[in-house]
Amino acid sequence: MKTDTIAAIATALSDSGIGIIRISGPDALQAAGNIFQTKNGKHPLMEYESHTIHYGYIVDGDELLDEVMISVMKAPRSYTKEDTVEISCHGGVLLLQKVLDAVLKNGARLAEPGEFTKRAFLNGRIDLSKAEAVMDLIQSKNDFALKASISQLKGSVSDEIKSIRSIIIYEIAFIESALDDPEHISTEGYTQKLSEIVEKLLWRLQKLLDTAEDGRLRREGINTVIVGKPNAGKSSLLNLLIGEERAIVTDVAGTTRDTLEESIRLKGIGLNIVDTAGIRNTEDVVEKIGVEKAKRFAGDADLIVYVVDSSVPLDESDRQIVEMIKGKKVIVLFNKTDLETAVTEEELYDLFEGDRSNFSVIRTSTVERTGMEDFEEAIQGMFLKGAFRMDDEVVITNMRHKEAIRDAYRSILMVKESLEQDMPEDFYSIDLMSAYASLGAIIGEEVGEDLVNEIFSKFCMGK
Amino acid sequence: MKANQIREKVDVCVVGAGHAGCEAALACARMGLETVLFTVSVDSIALMPCNPNIGGSSKGHLVREVDALGGEMGKNIDKTFIQSKMLNVSKGPAVHSLRAQADKAEYSRSMRQVLENQEHLVIKQAEVCELITEECGDSAEELPKRKITGLRIFTGAVYEVQAVILCTGTYLKARCLCGEAITHTGPNGLQAANYLTESLQRLGISLRRFKTGTPARMDKRSIDFSKMEEQLGDERVIPFSFSTDPESVQIEQDSCWLTYTNEETHAIIRANLDRSPIYAGIIEGTGPRYCPSIEDKVVKFADKDRHQVFIEPEGRHTNEMYVGGMSSSLPEDVQLAMYRTVPGMEHCRIVRNAYAIEYDCIDARQLFPTLEFKNIEGLFSAGQFNGSSGYEEAAAQGILAGINAGLKCQGKDQIVIDRSEGYLGVLVDDLVTKENTEPYRMMTSRAEYRLLLRQDNADLRLRKIGYEAGLISKEQMDKLLEKKSAIEKEVERLQKTVIGAAPQNQKFLEERNSALLKTGTNLAELMCRPELSYEALKEIDPDRNPLPEEVIQQVEIEIKYKGYIERQRRQVDQYKKMERKKIPDTINYDDVPSLRLEARQKLKQFRPISVGQASRISGVSPADISVLLVYLEHAGKNG
Repeated sequence: MKTDTIAAIATALSDSGIGIIRISGPDALQAAGNIFQTKNGKHPLMEYESHTIHYGYIVDGDELLDEVMISVMKAPRSYTKEDTVEISCHGGVLLLQKVLDAVLKNGARLAEPGEFTKRAFLNGRIDLSKAEAVMDLIQSKNDFALKASISQLKGSVSDEIKSIRSIIIYEIAFIESALDDPEHISTEGYTQKLSEIVEKLLWRLQKLLDTAEDGRLRREGINTVIVGKPNAGKSSLLNLLIGEERAIVTDVAGTTRDTLEESIRLKGIGLNIVDTAGIRNTEDVVEKIGVEKAKRFAGDADLIVYVVDSSVPLDESDRQIVEMIKGKKVIVLFNKTDLETAVTEEELYDLFEGDRSNFSVIRTSTVERTGMEDFEEAIQGMFLKGAFRMDDEVVITNMRHKEAIRDAYRSILMVKESLEQDMPEDFYSIDLMSAYASLGAIIGEEVGEDLVNEIFSKFCMGK
Repeated sequence: MKANQIREKVDVCVVGAGHAGCEAALACARMGLETVLFTVSVDSIALMPCNPNIGGSSKGHLVREVDALGGEMGKNIDKTFIQSKMLNVSKGPAVHSLRAQADKAEYSRSMRQVLENQEHLVIKQAEVCELITEECGDSAEELPKRKITGLRIFTGAVYEVQAVILCTGTYLKARCLCGEAITHTGPNGLQAANYLTESLQRLGISLRRFKTGTPARMDKRSIDFSKMEEQLGDERVIPFSFSTDPESVQIEQDSCWLTYTNEETHAIIRANLDRSPIYAGIIEGTGPRYCPSIEDKVVKFADKDRHQVFIEPEGRHTNEMYVGGMSSSLPEDVQLAMYRTVPGMEHCRIVRNAYAIEYDCIDARQLFPTLEFKNIEGLFSAGQFNGSSGYEEAAAQGILAGINAGLKCQGKDQIVIDRSEGYLGVLVDDLVTKENTEPYRMMTSRAEYRLLLRQDNADLRLRKIGYEAGLISKEQMDKLLEKKSAIEKEVERLQKTVIGAAPQNQKFLEERNSALLKTGTNLAELMCRPELSYEALKEIDPDRNPLPEEVIQQVEIEIKYKGYIERQRRQVDQYKKMERKKIPDTINYDDVPSLRLEARQKLKQFRPISVGQASRISGVSPADISVLLVYLEHAGKNG
């Protein structure tokens, strides 16, 4: 039987030491292979023997996500009797979700509750006498997922989804009315109008996706690593941030990284500032081990704060630091602006090879306590792109929701493509309908007779 | 003639000779079964009591599908149309749709002649009053399954049968309303059928009341057409039927006319709403939203200052004109006043008043997708009786019910046309699976795989089914197979014909404002460009053999919309998987653990034939479907 490929986090959603992502289906090897890298580069998973385990990294595009062990089990010798890959990641809900997200972007879809077991049963892996238990499991897991899903969706996200849906269904209804009754309803000049609507829809869906990221950051905080040469003013910065009393300070000891994290809150955003011995002493950076360790922290970080002492010229250490943090989101703090300046911003841009997309430069003086407002705003601007940042409860946190919004986004993108290719009107409504259905899944609404109802209530048909 | 003396034995009886009944009876007779077609009036066979057209958006698709299966509607309208148009030609090929104005009297007369000359078919003018059945199922059940054995007509005569097809249209307990004037008749003052309802109820069939309406007919001589816009037919007419010679339909056509209502019209309607039977609450039936009465339009779309009115001829040998867009059940005096406010109709004379009609019909969820009743073996039904509306919807169900009744008599497996095979499949699935609260009309938006379900490929989709049932000749089938192979060969040839970046090719592209080639490509790739048609590519395609127009059309669509078509084919594959998982009729849902109560009740009530159908029943969740799949797998392995 032809099926699709499913994936899910197979371990409990808690910050345990190890977490497992399970992928099952005909494209499982492909989907995992796309994001798996060994030290020798990519390696097609099909070429591995069944029931072997491999060491490597998970990458999402250019971003290195985690260091993992990956188990390959080929059909039919797996739990589901399908090709199965299990990725053992380092624990932490956030990291697991990121890895799962990468898998989903590479050809798998999120598994329904109980679906692995269902497949195991349907493929004859589970004893027939357990059928009843399997059915119970599916129903109860679903029940739970539904309740959890609805309780995670509140207020204006659901309003926003409803609002986007109502725009989409109106446009479909218009197109369909014109198709059904061309002599009463004309589509002249409509494509121009729809192009504009499509742009707005894409923008709004992107905002929703951004809030999904926001939601994660809000819950987990922004993992921040401060780097810089000695005496750049890093400690002063930390003290300043804490001492200003605009933040709550807690010590969270003993995460998997064996480091101390300072958690502070700025304008409602949590910053988990990693204070690492490895980077604190720049002389260590030149040592291979130090650089490796620093790289790993930088790799995990959402944000790098790179403190530059602007009274001292840039040197080889700066070059190494920049090399290490390239491609990450970086805020460069031009510190000690109260002293005479020995570095220009241009020199710094040159160091980043002119790539300004991911970093901003803030001028501060920790002595005079200036530039802190700009610093906070820069963080906000970099991370909270969603439309709802002022409201605490409105964020997308559920993976299923995110996946559905992404599907809707893709469908609307297809509409855009059809428009650009000058396809006739009837083609647009097909993908518009898919987007409508995807968004409906989030708020638990089926499509049913929505379209027909919309057509008859909004457009006057003939006869 | 004395009652009870006649006792005939035939194979199939069809009750009602409207568009569903005609197709059903013809299908059975053509399959070689002795068939009797009952009608309350032989003069009203294939009557068109409402609009004078066949086809239109998505309905045109149905006519083509009926034709592909071996039905008569397409052939009959090709013989009797007086104007024809392909709608939506500026849009994609999937929504092109034919619509023809019929000469109503000719349409009816011509269809009657076909029926009269059909071997194995007898027409009988009589009212069917009672169905005769016997128990055939487990009598311990609450409502044991029954089997049809015959029927009784008003005179008392009995027909013993193997199958009955109910196509009673709007005649069951019909009631016509024109303002305060109410008559207990069928359409056009014809005799209603008042007895059958009780017989059906005694068999446990539940009935409900639906309503529809029609506008007035005007005397042509009283209309000033100079105040209206003329609407012409297409210059080159395309026939409905795949077997009609295209040259035979290039006839002189009649015109239709367009005019508009205005504020004055709307003011009269608003002032008299209390005299409308609907707004006064006299009509109980549910009316269709897609053909609202003019009073509905004025109330619901109050912001529109005018509505279109199409004046259409009812035929060549009559002065009656149909007033499209202004159906109404207002009293006669209000009708006249409102019609006379419309430009060109200031002095109009009404020949027949607009009226609304109410009738008994069923909730078709009592049927299998074969259109056979779940609880009464051998009893089928089609058309408005099933809660649909429209001539084309009726004909489509009629031919399916006819084929299946025929197969039943022959002891063969019945057929189901699914949602990926035809609009007919969508129509039937919607009727037998979903809750419908108004007469159901076909719409292109209801067909989720519509890029595949085009009017131009109905023959490629369905002819084989008609052939296997015996309604399509070997010769016709061979012709189709030839066409199919010509299409495939040509697509393949275009994909394989390499076009290099040679100067003459670049020049050709430059002349057509098409991007120049960087590397070699093939003809199919070039055809995907909007600016390059099959015809245009002739110049750089010297190996081309002349092909029939219908082949070229398919080749062009297959190649130009390839990406979209392939996506839909993949969706269809997914869909088919669930349709193929059959649910045995013997399933006891009480034995399925973990089903939610609502799902259990719905499944028990509607008894879907496949997991796919079950998934479309409202109240059955995806988790219930998973549970059902697991259960069926378990039962399959154990049993």
